[in-house]
Amino acid sequence: MNAQLGNLSDPGLQRLVPAEAIVRLEGVSKAYASRDGTPVPALDGINLAVPQGSVLGVIGRSGAGKSTLIRLVNGLEKPTSGRVIVDGADIAALPESALRHARRSIGMIFQHFNLLSSRTAAENVALPLEVAGYDKAAIRARVDELLALVGLADKRDRYPSELSGGQKQRVGIARALATKPKVLLSDEATSALDPETTRSILDLLSRINAELGLTILLITHEMAVIRSIAREVAVIDGGRIVEQGDVFDVFTRPQHEVTRTFLADETGRALPPYVAERLRAEASPGSQAVIRIGFRGPHATDPVLARLARDLNIETNILAGSVDEIAGRPCGTLVVGVPQASLTKTLDFLNKHDLDTEVLGHVS
Amino acid sequence: MSPEIIRLILAATGETLLMVAISGVLGTLFGLPLGVFLATSGKGELFAAPWVNSVLGVIVNAARSTPFIILVVAIIPFTRLIAGTSIGTNAAIVPLTVAATPFIARLIEGAIREVDQGLIEAARAFGASPLQIVLKVLIPEALPGIVLGLTLAAVSLIGYSAMVGAVGGGGLGDLGIRYGYQRFMPEMMLAVVVVLIILVQAVQSLGDRLARRLNKRIRHA
Repeated sequence: MNAQLGNLSDPGLQRLVPAEAIVRLEGVSKAYASRDGTPVPALDGINLAVPQGSVLGVIGRSGAGKSTLIRLVNGLEKPTSGRVIVDGADIAALPESALRHARRSIGMIFQHFNLLSSRTAAENVALPLEVAGYDKAAIRARVDELLALVGLADKRDRYPSELSGGQKQRVGIARALATKPKVLLSDEATSALDPETTRSILDLLSRINAELGLTILLITHEMAVIRSIAREVAVIDGGRIVEQGDVFDVFTRPQHEVTRTFLADETGRALPPYVAERLRAEASPGSQAVIRIGFRGPHATDPVLARLARDLNIETNILAGSVDEIAGRPCGTLVVGVPQASLTKTLDFLNKHDLDTEVLGHVS
Repeated sequence: MSPEIIRLILAATGETLLMVAISGVLGTLFGLPLGVFLATSGKGELFAAPWVNSVLGVIVNAARSTPFIILVVAIIPFTRLIAGTSIGTNAAIVPLTVAATPFIARLIEGAIREVDQGLIEAARAFGASPLQIVLKVLIPEALPGIVLGLTLAAVSLIGYSAMVGAVGGGGLGDLGIRYGYQRFMPEMMLAVVVVLIILVQAVQSLGDRLARRLNKRIRHA
């Protein structure tokens, strides 16, 4: 299990990549020329495979290279070295006209929507179809279908300035789907939206993924986006993928420091300030050990603390915690304090029950 | 005012309108592609040709920094070549067009550069060619700005057209100089100025109204 969480830059692990990947980045590096001509690396040896029909999220801080990464997939950026394969075609090697054609099967949505202010919702959705040379009747029929799909049939003649942020992004999604793409690229598509609207846009994307079988590659800096929509996640830092795998595994057993930082904002993982302030690395007489217990999958709802008290007569002190659902599977985190004397027995008990444990420190 | 003065003013107004309209249309015809090219041929842009862009930029600046009255005289041989003569209303259209083209090109370049780069990226992402991006994205999005620029150009051309009177170009400016100044007829001078003010006001408010109608970025009540 843990092998999958490692860095896929390791050539030995590439065998784990499913064969039917629709988007594949192979040893991709990208460097920009700086003002004085020296190359500045943006991406370094990226290997990434997006299986057909999946939702893969790439998360990273700003400047980590995620924006460059997503633009390599539709050829808006060219790699310095390596190959970018989308639906069997090497995007980086295509001549300009073939690339334009290939882009019709790769839709893209943007953080700031990028709608034409001079066109109505329907006219914006029609634009890729006009560009592709569809006739008027076909465009009209397709536009109506798309606006109905994103729930904006009644706004077809509104200009973007008359729409809310969420509605604009729905128009953006309809436009991206116009030419029936196989892959949808989402460039921070919900970063400019409030939480509730983000929710509804992510629901729409999930629905499109399920109903149309569309593969979605998204980049974001928000863990909340990954957890609610992605099945696989790649964590990018300093132009490299530092961790990659199933969302549930990465969320519940983060391996890399950057991943932990992203997860720190998630509820239940952060220590309350009054505990954090008093936390010491060394035990002292009469101190309590602070343990983080991770519940995963079927064990998430087990009454393990009650059993600990009943079977071993060890009383725990709950300091923080939450039970949640990630990628449709339950999981939870509890931070508890146990008397120093009972620490070993407690850990044995918890590990025996197949729970993840981590001793965070000691409080007196 | 005598009927004679009114007749002169009407004729001169017609000449001015004709000169401004024709040189405005021709200037737009040449200036629009030039302006679009200037806005899209810089380094890393749609029609990237940085060297051509710089050369054109220098030529446009040179044309624009030449005072109009000097330009009129300097290109007389060219005017003769095109119009067959260097005097009269038709001949005046040539220097007016030559002056209007780089001016309009710069105004259109500015309007095009105002278009959000994200729209170009979105259009590239759905497979639009550079020409399609210009025709379907850049020009429609820049249209309110282009209309305001052309309005400004028309107003400047009304001013320029008054100067071609110096080389026998006709129009209101010519009338004002010959009758109002040289024959000392202050009422003629006043009438010319009033007509010019009305013309400029009319052109400006027409342009403003059209630009506002085309601008969908702001919500209309």
